[in-house]
Amino acid sequence: MPAETVRTTPVGSGEALLSVRGLKKVYASDHGSVEAVRDLTFDLRDGELACLVGPSGCGKTTLLKCISGLLEPTSGEVRLAGEPVTGPPKGMAVVFQEYGRSLFPWMTVQDNIELPLKNARLGAKERRELTQRSLHEVGLEHAGKRFPWQLSGGMQQRVAIARAIAYQPRVLLMDEPFAAVDAQTRADLEDLIRKVWQDLGVTILFVTHDIDESVYLGERVLMLSNSPTVVQEDLPIDLPAERDQLATRSMPRFTELRGHVYEQIQKAKKAAPQGNPTESTAEVAPIG
Amino acid sequence: MSVLKRLGYLLGLPLLLIAIWYVLTIDSDSFFVVDPVTLAQTFVDTWVGERFWNDVAPSLVRLAVGLFFAIGLGIGLGLLIGSFRWLRSMTEPVLEFLRAIPPPVLVPILMILVGINDQMKVLVIISGSIWPVLLNTVEGVRSVDDVLLDTGRVYRITGWLRITRLVLPAASPQIMAGIRQALSIGLILMVISEMFASSSGLGFTIVQFQRAFAVPEMWSGVAVLGLIGLALAFIFQFVERRVLRWYHGLREVDHAG
Amino acid sequence: MARRGGRASRLTQLPSGVLGLAGVLAFLLVWEAIPRLGLADPEYLPPASEVLQIFFRNLGLTSFWEAVGHTMLGWALGLAIASTAAVVLGLVIGSSSFLRQATHSTIEFLRPIPSVALIPLAVLLFGVSLRSTLLLVVYASFWQVLIQMLYGVADVDTVADNTARSYGLGRLARIRYVVWPTAMPYLMTGLRLGAAVALILAVTSELVIGVPGLGHEIALAQSGGATTAMYALVLATGLIGVAINMGMRLVERRVLAWHPSVRGEVHA
Repeated sequence: MPAETVRTTPVGSGEALLSVRGLKKVYASDHGSVEAVRDLTFDLRDGELACLVGPSGCGKTTLLKCISGLLEPTSGEVRLAGEPVTGPPKGMAVVFQEYGRSLFPWMTVQDNIELPLKNARLGAKERRELTQRSLHEVGLEHAGKRFPWQLSGGMQQRVAIARAIAYQPRVLLMDEPFAAVDAQTRADLEDLIRKVWQDLGVTILFVTHDIDESVYLGERVLMLSNSPTVVQEDLPIDLPAERDQLATRSMPRFTELRGHVYEQIQKAKKAAPQGNPTESTAEVAPIG
Repeated sequence: MSVLKRLGYLLGLPLLLIAIWYVLTIDSDSFFVVDPVTLAQTFVDTWVGERFWNDVAPSLVRLAVGLFFAIGLGIGLGLLIGSFRWLRSMTEPVLEFLRAIPPPVLVPILMILVGINDQMKVLVIISGSIWPVLLNTVEGVRSVDDVLLDTGRVYRITGWLRITRLVLPAASPQIMAGIRQALSIGLILMVISEMFASSSGLGFTIVQFQRAFAVPEMWSGVAVLGLIGLALAFIFQFVERRVLRWYHGLREVDHAG
Repeated sequence: MARRGGRASRLTQLPSGVLGLAGVLAFLLVWEAIPRLGLADPEYLPPASEVLQIFFRNLGLTSFWEAVGHTMLGWALGLAIASTAAVVLGLVIGSSSFLRQATHSTIEFLRPIPSVALIPLAVLLFGVSLRSTLLLVVYASFWQVLIQMLYGVADVDTVADNTARSYGLGRLARIRYVVWPTAMPYLMTGLRLGAAVALILAVTSELVIGVPGLGHEIALAQSGGATTAMYALVLATGLIGVAINMGMRLVERRVLAWHPSVRGEVHA
């Protein structure tokens, strides 16, 4: 059943669904003002899966909070489908890193997923259908009546993802969602994200500090500089669409791309930030 | 643990104490003590029957009404105050002062303001029991997890749904702790308001016994109060265990991990 | 998250101390206004200024301070006795699983008995004397401290305890080095709760039984029709309560400054 989402301007494949322009965030702290994010500009097209990578402390979470409307930027603009974002917009869902603190412990898994839908005034039957489907999508069909804290960490994060997809957002933001999960579970969840993305065609902005993950997952990797943050480089990932943990990660192209991202991040950690670059295509030439 | 063992632990010490009590009082002709048998008899004679309806029941009704309003107002105001930092800061010193006034002191004040009647007694209970509920609610609302609040904002959960499905449940452990304290304070105030300024009620009856040196009856009154206290504790535990089932489950998991 | 306009939002950003002060002033203003505007009979609710006048006058009267002294004596002595007993019993009961289980039902049964139930007994036994107050105060505070002590002892890390045991530390040494530091924060909580309860019972005893002290003064003022004086005394009592609460919090923080806050407040 196609989703009823906010669509004020029709978005073709060429136009940006999410557009960030000159985003800047300055905090006041005890040592004077801290410029967490200096100047971020990038676009996300409808249906894209883009990853955001950067060194620790480069303001990734701040950026995500500004984009999702949880924080007000000092200057700059975020637009979702052409509409400026001044608070959490309709049609955007966020999956947080701390799944344990994001799911409501007094509600069952099912109720957790249904709550945003109830809030959006969907009928009971529709809510139930969406919930069931999203649970099925993340592989937790039988966990509906359990409480989040009865589930393992990986499963809890799946519930959070299910909640996000049941909401049928235009854009799904993910803030280092697998950082607090063990490696094996992380691999499963990464594949889950790609599957969800391919099945539902939802636009995803995936923030991570894990370089391998960003290359494995993304169609595109945006590299952030050190604080104060700007987009250092915007790298398209030309790996095949069908990805596999074992096969893809052992491809030479994967190693190249990954190496390149790693280099850039290392540079970012040492150097002062660059200005806003254009898309880089010439940097990494395929072997052969 | 086997049922027998559990029963043993449950009843062992109490039975032992009662036995000692019996032995110590069996030959005693001290004025102040009463042996268990006489106490039990007096208890039944005094409280079962007419006196229950004339004195005990109305007291309990006043207690229930007082607690109802104290809890309702406490949670309502607590929600309001806890949600706004500036309101919290403004009201904090005054609230800390009002809650520090020993509740029984409110009896003479309310006697003057409202007179000596049922309303006064209920008001006394409300004005003493509301504080733990209010202050605990404020604290509970204030300390709702950031990530939970952000999640609520992301999914645009606002208004009534936000209060009933996010804020109140998150604050409920704190609120329940406040309600527990409110129950004890309410009981104390119910008794005092009747000991001090009344011509009927449980507190009044017990004071009458003491004035008349009717020692066994007085002790039986103590027993009644004890039983009421116990009943309240029991009811509370029952409710708390259900309302906070999720919380206990969560803590168990946390402690195990 | 729309930005709310100018002046109002800036007012709410003021530091909490300033806001708190504003709150107190507002409270006093309302208190002053209500009787003066006739919203309440000034005979029954005198305006704040009059009450404050008498309050400050009291501060210069020996009789006032004598009453305060009586109340404080009952409070302090009762709290001391109760805490000592509770600490000892708490350590003893807490360190033996058998004792803990055996006493559990008795404790849970006696705990909810309201201390006011003992008032008639106190009057019979001790009449109008400090001992009546002590009976009530000790009974009430004892439970607060005991319960917290039991929680504290139960919280002892078994690994730490076993390590101590394996190093040959006897029971007393273990109590000193393992049990006590763990139980300390709980004890502090218990003392804070017990101190508040002790004040309530001390004043209650004075109010209802007539033992000399602030509570008795309040009863006298009320029955004698000296309403303003009564309010001034209530004000003083409240302030003492606040001072005790704040004092206990300060002590708690000092004593536990070095202690990792592993514990949260356990509901009594």
